[in-house]
Amino acid sequence: MRHFKINTESKGLTPQEVAENFDDLHPRLEPAQAVVDAARCVYCYDAPCMNACPTRIDIPKFIHQIRSGNIGGSAKTILSQNIMGGTCARACPTEVLCEEVCVVHHTEGAPVKIGELQRYAVDHLMEAGGDHPFTRAPATGRILAVIGAGPAGLSFAHRAAMMGHEIVVFDAKPKAGGLNEYGLAAYKMADDFAQREVAFLLGIGGIRIEFGKSLGADLMLEELRSDFDGVFIGAGLTNSQSLGAEGEDLEGVRDALDFIEEIRQAKDKSKVSVGDNVIIIGGGNTAIDAAVQAKCLGARNVTLVYRRGPEAMSATGWEQDLATANGVAMRFWAAPKSFSGSGKVERISLSETELNNGKLSVTERSFELPADLVLKAIGQKLDQSAFGDLEIADGKIAVDENYRTSVSGVYAGGDCIASGEDLTVQAVEDGKQAAIACDADLRAAMKGAAK
Amino acid sequence: MTDLGCVIAGVDSINPFWLASAPPSDKKYNVERAFKAGWGGAVWKTLGEDPPVVNVTSRYGVHRSHDRSIIGINNIELISDRPLEVNLREIEEMRKEWPDRVIIGSIMAPMDEGAWKSLAVKVANAGVHGIELNLGCPHGMCERGMGSAVGQVAEFVEQTTRWVCEAVGLPVFTKLTPNVTDIMIPAAAAKAGGAHAVSLINTVNSIISVDLDRMTPTPIVDGRGTHGGYCGEAVKPIALHMTAEIARQAETQGLEISAIGGITTWRDAAEFIALGASGVQVCTAAMLYGFRIVEDMNDGLAAFMREKNYRSIEDFKGKASAQTVDWNALNMNHDLLARIDQDSCIECGRCFIACEDTSHQAIRIDAKPEGGRKFTVIDDECVGCNLCMHICPVKDCITMEAVDTDRPYVTWPEHPKNIASKAAE
Repeated sequence: MRHFKINTESKGLTPQEVAENFDDLHPRLEPAQAVVDAARCVYCYDAPCMNACPTRIDIPKFIHQIRSGNIGGSAKTILSQNIMGGTCARACPTEVLCEEVCVVHHTEGAPVKIGELQRYAVDHLMEAGGDHPFTRAPATGRILAVIGAGPAGLSFAHRAAMMGHEIVVFDAKPKAGGLNEYGLAAYKMADDFAQREVAFLLGIGGIRIEFGKSLGADLMLEELRSDFDGVFIGAGLTNSQSLGAEGEDLEGVRDALDFIEEIRQAKDKSKVSVGDNVIIIGGGNTAIDAAVQAKCLGARNVTLVYRRGPEAMSATGWEQDLATANGVAMRFWAAPKSFSGSGKVERISLSETELNNGKLSVTERSFELPADLVLKAIGQKLDQSAFGDLEIADGKIAVDENYRTSVSGVYAGGDCIASGEDLTVQAVEDGKQAAIACDADLRAAMKGAAK
Repeated sequence: MTDLGCVIAGVDSINPFWLASAPPSDKKYNVERAFKAGWGGAVWKTLGEDPPVVNVTSRYGVHRSHDRSIIGINNIELISDRPLEVNLREIEEMRKEWPDRVIIGSIMAPMDEGAWKSLAVKVANAGVHGIELNLGCPHGMCERGMGSAVGQVAEFVEQTTRWVCEAVGLPVFTKLTPNVTDIMIPAAAAKAGGAHAVSLINTVNSIISVDLDRMTPTPIVDGRGTHGGYCGEAVKPIALHMTAEIARQAETQGLEISAIGGITTWRDAAEFIALGASGVQVCTAAMLYGFRIVEDMNDGLAAFMREKNYRSIEDFKGKASAQTVDWNALNMNHDLLARIDQDSCIECGRCFIACEDTSHQAIRIDAKPEGGRKFTVIDDECVGCNLCMHICPVKDCITMEAVDTDRPYVTWPEHPKNIASKAAE
């Protein structure tokens, strides 16, 4: 467990201390450590870890390849299933995926360090440079549009490019990577990893990215449908949820994702203003990323407020431990009632909550906390205005088992559909499977046309 | 009271652990450190006629297991490269300073009676307890007609042993090379020559690895490599077999055994003694960990003996010999079935894939209603081969259960399916 330099006295952190806090969360394994940990893998048959991975990376194989000294081959095993294996090695909650089911738990009390081994292998390949490890199938003459250069969109683009198609990716932001670039804690993606990974991924060729273009504003789905042979939507969830609490529009009450984006884009992180009393509202990994980074910036009092108990948090136990180990106070069973302050937020008023017959309800009891920065990490929702006639179900784009939307030739994946956990690794899998489905549909159509 | 003391070919030793003739016993400084650490004796690094040999750089290569631990060393070092007179003087000093420890002088010479006899007498005069004939080094010296070039020819083994027995009135240990088709041939020759004991095994001829960047076998000496002598844990099974044969076969009865070959722990030593060795010699383990490893060899062996109520080494020496037989003496009617303990199974599937791909398709996978996988043995297909038990990462999760077949002890020569036995009837 990493212990950051936190502000225990009133004098704050030096720029140097802040910079060090945003170093790699886990230092990369040394070669000798990697070999020793690889040797702990029992090389399961039809391994539980592999089945727990949404992208089904052949984990026993890649670990065996580290053991045999075939590190480049190991990385290729990983990347063939998950082209963003580098980000997933850093950001995946492995403690609830592959490592949770590792059988070595039973014999040694701790799993094989699958995530760290994956990073070891992928970093090796990316840093070695040289040719892109995958090649493209003969050109099909088909060109596909991708909305969103996040994990889903880029995964789709890479797989589709491998299968011989040309791809144009559109993204509203000035950089590619989506939440990998804008939405993960900086210490998880140190040394500009998101951009390095994008550059690596584009090495396949056949992918062009146009920035500053968003669906609904600059692009219309119908036009894309006519200009391209297929469209993939990996637009994510771009609208913020609202608490509906009084004073929510006060200065100093903001989205946790905006705060994380500001940190991620800041060259000098010590210049990001944070305040002394920071309140984070929410129970997911984004809430933890925001809370811990507030501590890393030198905030004195950081309190995470969640309306239920710790077991109900979607943040993993490991993430919760990281927060508490670094001085984040957890306030459970409380929900924001109102914010107050003159011009900018100064106080938050919270109602205590409780379960009544399994239903969460707000009680009469309330309390106040001083607050000069409030970060809302209560989830994002789909911007439904951009998708025209596409069928939406439960606030997400409806797709069939082949990632086809209700509109012919339009596929979707990532956070904007309801496929699984809202994790990078799931988005990568969605993009990959959607590309495979789209390719099959295109080839079937080409075959039909040739007859 | 447990007594680790033992007698090997008439030589009393405070414990069965001797340093083998090798780099660790090259000079007084090392041997003194070994005796301080608790070794019962040392076979001095092999002495030859002056002028001394000249060694090359480098000299060692290693064989590693997956976790990078060393399971074997290959060496291309020759015999002692120090003047004979210096070695003899140091042996004499050590005998005086360490009266309760054993020193055996190891010697090597070409096939010349005078050379063997004069060397043996010089070494005997330094006060050693016995002479060991190095007939085994499979590298370098053999190219000069010594070492394994002698040990691989039965007549030479007998002849050199006889020469030394004639020259000195000390116990003679003939050290055998494993680089032969049948160890019984040189062992019987040593006995015929008058040896009191055989020391075995010397190193196994080997190339330990190839440097794929330099396309050269290791260890590399200025761009070239050669075959050398392989030792350490990995050779123990070869040495165990050869020890067992000499101990149990009629033609070598009476020949004592100083066992060598990958002995790393007290347990290894106990196994050699159980197969008939009177004592053991160690080199590689000391080279890997230092002389201090003898502390647990002594301690662990004593603990084992206490647990089993063996009061002396003699009490369990050769105790596994009677149970060591030819394949033809095994019971064809014995039957075992693998049993998987569901409580300790971690569901890794290793047993399944090993049996499915390489054995008898005798393990089944079923999905558990509560999630996970259940592995069970298909009794009708299981041949009791032990593979699943060995590869299972959980100790005692897979066990082999004896099946009561109610059938008599029948060996292959008596077996109804043996055409040759039927023809004899």
